[in-house]
Amino acid sequence: MIAIDDLAIRLPGFTMEGISFRVEVGEFFILLGPTGSGKTLILESIAGMVPISSGRIIIGGRDVTNLPPERRAIGIVYQDQALFPHLSVSQNIRYGLRYRPWGADREKKLAALIQLLGLESLLDRGVCNLSGGERQRVALARALATAPDILLLDEPLSALDPSFREEIRHLLKGLHRETGITVLMVTHDFPEAHFLAARTAVIGNGRIEQVGSVPEVFNRPISPTVAAFVGMKNIFQASFDQGVARAGPMTLSLTGFCDPAWGYLAVRPEDVCVYGVSSGKNDGVHCFPGRVTRIDHQGAFCDVLVHSDGLLWQTILPTGRLIKEDIAEGGQVWLQVLPEKIHVM
Amino acid sequence: MRRIDPFYALAAASTFLVVGFIVLPLVEMIRQPTAADLQASWMDPDVRRAIWMSVSTSGTAALISFVFGTPFAYLLARRDFRGKRFIESVVDLPIMIPHPVIGIAILSLAGRQHWIGRIASELGIKVMGSVTGIVIVLTFVGLPFYINTVKNGIEAIPQRLENVSRSLGAGAFGTFMLVTFPLAWRSVIVGMILCTARAVSEFGAVVILAYHPMTAPVMIYERFTAYGLRYSQPVAVWLIFVCLGLFLLLRWLNPNSRART
Repeated sequence: MIAIDDLAIRLPGFTMEGISFRVEVGEFFILLGPTGSGKTLILESIAGMVPISSGRIIIGGRDVTNLPPERRAIGIVYQDQALFPHLSVSQNIRYGLRYRPWGADREKKLAALIQLLGLESLLDRGVCNLSGGERQRVALARALATAPDILLLDEPLSALDPSFREEIRHLLKGLHRETGITVLMVTHDFPEAHFLAARTAVIGNGRIEQVGSVPEVFNRPISPTVAAFVGMKNIFQASFDQGVARAGPMTLSLTGFCDPAWGYLAVRPEDVCVYGVSSGKNDGVHCFPGRVTRIDHQGAFCDVLVHSDGLLWQTILPTGRLIKEDIAEGGQVWLQVLPEKIHVM
Repeated sequence: MRRIDPFYALAAASTFLVVGFIVLPLVEMIRQPTAADLQASWMDPDVRRAIWMSVSTSGTAALISFVFGTPFAYLLARRDFRGKRFIESVVDLPIMIPHPVIGIAILSLAGRQHWIGRIASELGIKVMGSVTGIVIVLTFVGLPFYINTVKNGIEAIPQRLENVSRSLGAGAFGTFMLVTFPLAWRSVIVGMILCTARAVSEFGAVVILAYHPMTAPVMIYERFTAYGLRYSQPVAVWLIFVCLGLFLLLRWLNPNSRART
């Protein structure tokens, strides 16, 4: 279990305060945040490599706030793997064993780990000529060989080629299932959280913005920062009153309870419907006239920007529909935003 | 015909000029003494003693730099602290101070007028006119070269390697010995070579603190002023040969440089 209690990190030009979250025993928890948000700093402060200004760090029931890294019983894997270049694969994996008490079944466990990660044929090789995926597997084996209480992963997939990324993503999931170790991973990639984690925390503006299950954060972001991070690209300041939201000159109907204290509405690009004028699909309900300002082709789908009532909407359309409904840059379209697709915060 | 870019022509001309500027006086110095002069010079025990004095005191200065300079270089490379820039400037001072000034500065400390000199004297440590004095001076002038080289070498090692080592259970010293030092080894060797090279060539500070026992540069100067160019050149040639051999040996001992060749 990891418990971070009111952590503050103050460095020249960068401050994080009030960082609190818990990772339960055996949980795969992901700390999400954009590049430069300080998520690696949190990870390194948990590992004892970055000094904290205040707060408490509990790992496995022990207060490790003032302990040096070597006494925290952690394993860490960086995105660039940080393998020791002067040691072989085997020496890298065995590096930490000299500092851990000998167990009767240590060699057996190590062999099982090496087998689980498919490293048997690489043991005598140097680490400099390994592929990205192999390097990541060695780094994982090295971190797990000492049987740490927790495993810290710093964007372990972001430096990999797409083919290796897929391999390591599945490997991480399998490894977590097999070992049952508590994992705290940081990433800026929300789909990784979807695939790997049960719970997540989103960090932004130097603090934790939201903590919750991955579906909860995905479906009910509580701030514009989180909404933007989980892919809600249409975020507008709005006022709320009696079942409607007013964003600029646009009035949108809402479903359910309406709190005047809310300040923003957000809609995912895939939830905004766009129809060509020729399609005749304007039934008048939640439909607004608009003009296409830009189309970015992305293969089977296109990103379409539509200007309507002073607001710029980002939408996604199948490429085929652009041709079928004669949707082109500068052309008129109908924009439909269904009440149930509007998120408020 | 392919036209040569004027910039590359200028660069090639500069290279030719610079290499000639360095090599020509040395070649001329090596070429001028006859084989008989060189042999006679080598048979002179005073010459061999002076060259050995230069090499041994310079090597000792490099070893002292290694022992005390390595942890210092690590601290400068890995830690930010108040006054770090000032400390770095202080380390560079021996490079900038005129050499006789260094000799005078150390002399003022080693004399009986200063409490350090008095303590050293009571402990039986003789600085003036002694090997100890020479080693002190050579360490003083060589340290900046060692520290700066090793510091740059350690800075080039990703700190994440040390972080991982710590996370795996190694303490700060264990991490230094198992990760940092093996990866900075090349810089350490280069630093020691630079330190030795700087120390071997030192004359101005040594001559003030210890005219005797005579180092090779002092002997070359003495023979030049007393007997002229012809008598001093063979000693200089032998000093160059011995130093060249030593530096080649050190480079060869460096596993990284061997791996590259």
